[in-house]
Amino acid sequence: MADMAPRDLSQQIAEVLARVPDPEIPVVSIVDLGIVRDIGHDANGSWVSLTPTYTGCPATAVIKQATRDALDQGGLGHVDLRIVLSPAWSTDMITEDGREKLRRYGIAPPEPASPEVACPRCGSRQTAEVSRFGSTPCKALWRCLACHEPFDRFKCH
Amino acid sequence: MQPNHIEALLEVADDSLVLGQRLCEWCGHAPTIEVDLSLSNLALDLIGQATLLLDYAGEREGQGRDADRLAFHRDAEAFRNSMLVEQPNGDFARTVMRHFLFAAYANPLFEALTSSPDARLAEIAAKSIKELRYHLEYATDWLERLGQGTEESHRRVAEAYDWHWRFVDDLFFDSEAWKSGAESGLWPLRAQLRPAFDETLNAGLARAGLAEPKPVWPIVGGRLGKHSEHLSSLLATMQVLPRAHPEATW
Repeated sequence: MADMAPRDLSQQIAEVLARVPDPEIPVVSIVDLGIVRDIGHDANGSWVSLTPTYTGCPATAVIKQATRDALDQGGLGHVDLRIVLSPAWSTDMITEDGREKLRRYGIAPPEPASPEVACPRCGSRQTAEVSRFGSTPCKALWRCLACHEPFDRFKCH
Repeated sequence: MQPNHIEALLEVADDSLVLGQRLCEWCGHAPTIEVDLSLSNLALDLIGQATLLLDYAGEREGQGRDADRLAFHRDAEAFRNSMLVEQPNGDFARTVMRHFLFAAYANPLFEALTSSPDARLAEIAAKSIKELRYHLEYATDWLERLGQGTEESHRRVAEAYDWHWRFVDDLFFDSEAWKSGAESGLWPLRAQLRPAFDETLNAGLARAGLAEPKPVWPIVGGRLGKHSEHLSSLLATMQVLPRAHPEATW
């Protein structure tokens, strides 16, 4: 791998990372969620920078380990993993593809521009917040007043 | 960063750590499952923030102490948190009022820290402030529900205010270490944050229909390592495992 051009190597690393699922929402990858910040190369080899969603998110350590395992299994040799805080992660960093995957999975994706939240199951905007916190730090609990199903909403952050 | 600035940094880190640990005690005991999840999530944020701040303080200190070392291997008198955050959870109203007062203070503080010339502190603050804004919204919502709810919920939240008010001056106490950091431009004096706090406080009290607290003698000393009896028992629970097995990893 060491003799591969940096561009090809970046591409290979990106492909591996795109297959690393988020441990708590496995339908989306860490790339979809915007957790992968950058891929680079310096005199010591390649590096990947990751950014946590919430400071205390218990998934961060798991994500780092899963990324390490995936890169090792991909035969990419030593890739330095760096945790960066700045600029702070925001739900704006979730890709369009990631938003669609969340919706299909039953989680309302963040929509900062809209005060209304669409039910991920029936699409109705007749919805109400049940609790400001849900099953993970990044989600709140909502329910649909049309189809009566409860659902998770990805908090705008 | 001078040695006394690192000590001042512990004042911020320890507030988050101790309040986070306190909130963990609610896990499995909250009035409803949604509140249980909420309080655990607030605790997670605070412990996450404390970890970043303590790791940084340890790095600047340069004696090989990381966040775990600082959290688990210091005794009560080495902690620099305010006495407000170590107060027992009490009933849900006490927990909500304590969180409201803390968040009303922490928001202008972390907002100010985002423009600290210390780049690392600024980026930790920029990350944390997004979480703390949500904490203030959450606490204010519950303050209003309790204040405007039933006669009993109003009575309880008013009592909670009476109890916690005596610790607010401790939250804002400017220690010599903090003043030194302020002189170096790292952060503002806490006294300068008080108008923003008062504004948030008055708006929250108006929404909740709460009156002025009963006059009480303020108790201060947390920033100097003088704590109420409650901190030691909190630390005993938090520290027992790492102290019994100091080299253990998992």
